[in-house]
Amino acid sequence: MSSGLYNTHKIDFDTTLDLTRLKPYGDTMNDGKVQTSFTLPIKDDERGEEAARQIAKKMGLEEPNVAYHAALDKEFTFYVVYGSCVHSVNYEDIHVITVESDVMSMEDTNDYIREHIGRKVVMVGASTGTDAHTVGIDAIMNRKGFAGHYGLERYEMIEAYNLGSQVPNEEFIKKALELKADVLLVSQTVTQKDVHIQNLTNLIELLEAEGLRDKFVVCCGGPRITHELAKELGFDAGFGAGKYADDVASFAVTEMVKRGMK
Amino acid sequence: MESKLGLNFELVNQARASAAKVADDTQHFIDQHTTVTVERAVCRLLGIDGVNEMDVPMPNVVVDHLMANSILPMGAAWAIGNAMAETGMNPQQVAEAVDRGELDLSKVPAHSDAEIRAAIAPVVDATMERINKNVSNRNNYLKEFGDKEGPYLYVIVATGNIYEDITQAKAAAKQGADIIAVIRTTGQSLLDYVPYGATTEGFGGTYATQENFRLMRAALDEVGEEQHRYIRLCNYCSGLCMPEIAAMGALERLDVMLNDALYGILFRDINMQRTIVDQYFSRVINGYAGVIINTGEDNYLTTDDAITAAHTVLASQFLNEAFAKCAGMREEQMGLGHAFEMDPAVENTFLYELAQAQMAREIFPNAPLKYMPPTKFMTGNIFRGHIQDALFNMVTILTGQKLHLLGMMTEAIHTPFMSDRALSIENAQYIFRTMKDLGSELTYKEGGIIQSRANEVLTKATDLLKEIEKLGLFTTIEKGIFADVKRPKDGGKGLAGVVIKDDKYFNPFIEAMKGKVGA
Repeated sequence: MSSGLYNTHKIDFDTTLDLTRLKPYGDTMNDGKVQTSFTLPIKDDERGEEAARQIAKKMGLEEPNVAYHAALDKEFTFYVVYGSCVHSVNYEDIHVITVESDVMSMEDTNDYIREHIGRKVVMVGASTGTDAHTVGIDAIMNRKGFAGHYGLERYEMIEAYNLGSQVPNEEFIKKALELKADVLLVSQTVTQKDVHIQNLTNLIELLEAEGLRDKFVVCCGGPRITHELAKELGFDAGFGAGKYADDVASFAVTEMVKRGMK
Repeated sequence: MESKLGLNFELVNQARASAAKVADDTQHFIDQHTTVTVERAVCRLLGIDGVNEMDVPMPNVVVDHLMANSILPMGAAWAIGNAMAETGMNPQQVAEAVDRGELDLSKVPAHSDAEIRAAIAPVVDATMERINKNVSNRNNYLKEFGDKEGPYLYVIVATGNIYEDITQAKAAAKQGADIIAVIRTTGQSLLDYVPYGATTEGFGGTYATQENFRLMRAALDEVGEEQHRYIRLCNYCSGLCMPEIAAMGALERLDVMLNDALYGILFRDINMQRTIVDQYFSRVINGYAGVIINTGEDNYLTTDDAITAAHTVLASQFLNEAFAKCAGMREEQMGLGHAFEMDPAVENTFLYELAQAQMAREIFPNAPLKYMPPTKFMTGNIFRGHIQDALFNMVTILTGQKLHLLGMMTEAIHTPFMSDRALSIENAQYIFRTMKDLGSELTYKEGGIIQSRANEVLTKATDLLKEIEKLGLFTTIEKGIFADVKRPKDGGKGLAGVVIKDDKYFNPFIEAMKGKVGA
């Protein structure tokens, strides 16, 4: 196991940072070092190791090193592989759509609403479709919030309604109309077989079919949601991991003002 | 066991007495009511199975018919027994005749109670015989292979396809898993029927069906015989079909069932009257079938804060214990739940976790406690996640938790890969081996952080239970005291399926099962 673990090769690549040819970094600029682990449905032997190495090569890893392999079952083996990625990307050319609003504190958001909207903003949230997970919507809405960020229920100028989990889209819209919602928040945690995409698309289609899309600021969130995906599906914004109530509130109220919703 | 925490057992007795009072009061309500799923469970135990041309499960066909004709208050056993006495058909034939519209159970002339009971008794006996055989098969396996000492390693499979689940489950069993839980598809808890047959399509889990139970049971027996260990099978006895799932589990020899008295009310918005009646029969069945139940207190901590709401977990454990006792269940089958869910950013939370786990161990000495891994503060940083799981494993081995639900470093990313499970098992086995007797070497400082924390939580839980005793269970839930969730008494799903029993009502399976264990 020891041979090959330590790299004694002379460095024969350019070690200056070139953002047009960006590569992973291990301990030397442009070394391209990555780690990966995967399982192959084969038995644990030398032939399997070679298969893992070849898979790594096809993934673009030069000099792949199978650092660890262990049988998970008779015909399943787990591999940990290190290698140098041959690919690079042009960082200069990368442009990403992100939610463009300055994040305000709870107090600043309340003041902003008082000044620009002049009444309480109604936000209705739910984990929709068959999704039974409330952890996402709770983190955004529950009074105590999450990781030190107070939830929407605590905002003085926001009337927040958390409808909980497994709310069908039709019922969600009905409730939103009843409550005279300004902002709809949809949480999706289960993403197996892209069930979240179907469900999110369905909500927008229903809103559009009833001519309601413009009445609401509509946001979605969840661990696998990106802003780009959300925009693609017809939402105003998407919030992924590491986003909190203040991110959502800041975006929603500035968007309302931008659209002249009063 | 000597107390490491210097717990005030006077408070423990008070808390237990309050919980018993709450459960007893609620039991009056339970005894007066039945529900559609309770009666469908009776149908299943009478051998009614299959689906009609429209894919409606036959137990639903019968019970919908009883409901539509206003004879559900008599109970399925009475109505079917009466039809058997009149026609000489067996229960399945009765159900099929009802489905074809050839038999209206409300129009069958009423036979005497003695005739009805005589007609139905052989069917009840045959079912009891089958469940007894399942229990003795389990006992024989355990006698032959021996039962595991120390924590049971509990892992989940969740592919959506029962056949893929079997591949994953067998691999996990070979890696060292002791309990395999087949996660149900998202949404099943809100179905007011149990789907039929082997299934290959589910989201985030696999449908709980009797055929899926049977397939997985056979697979685990096979791998268990190969490994010379008994591999336990777990499923979810919650939602709108609690007693039916319990009945299916008893018929197919499941060993462990999620089965909380209050979970459905709080987390699935199922009507509280419905759940409280349903949980009772489900626990009577689980008790008889020798199933270890798991309660769901861990869920409180994913919505509420694990540091400030710790006493609600303990209070709920007392209530779950009291309700299980009302259903005649032995303490050895009460897998009371809790979880390792405190914020890693807060100092000394490992000490608080240790205090909570040790406290549960000392207050419920005979219960095979179920301990859930960190989920709320798992971030996608798999490397830190693996360490969080290691700390969780340490608490279990230090405090003697029994049903140890393995944490996955890929929590919050995806349902476990085969390799995630293997790495988790390796992590737990390493810690359980190298720290095996550390717990018995340790004593906690008198009046120190751990002892003080445990006594503080116990005091708060005792006060809370005193308040609940005054309010009653239903009002307590209406006020949002558990998990910060408020539920109205007449709100939520499934209330239409609750009816008041008639004087003639009887449930032969409660009579045969309550307070006993099969053999």
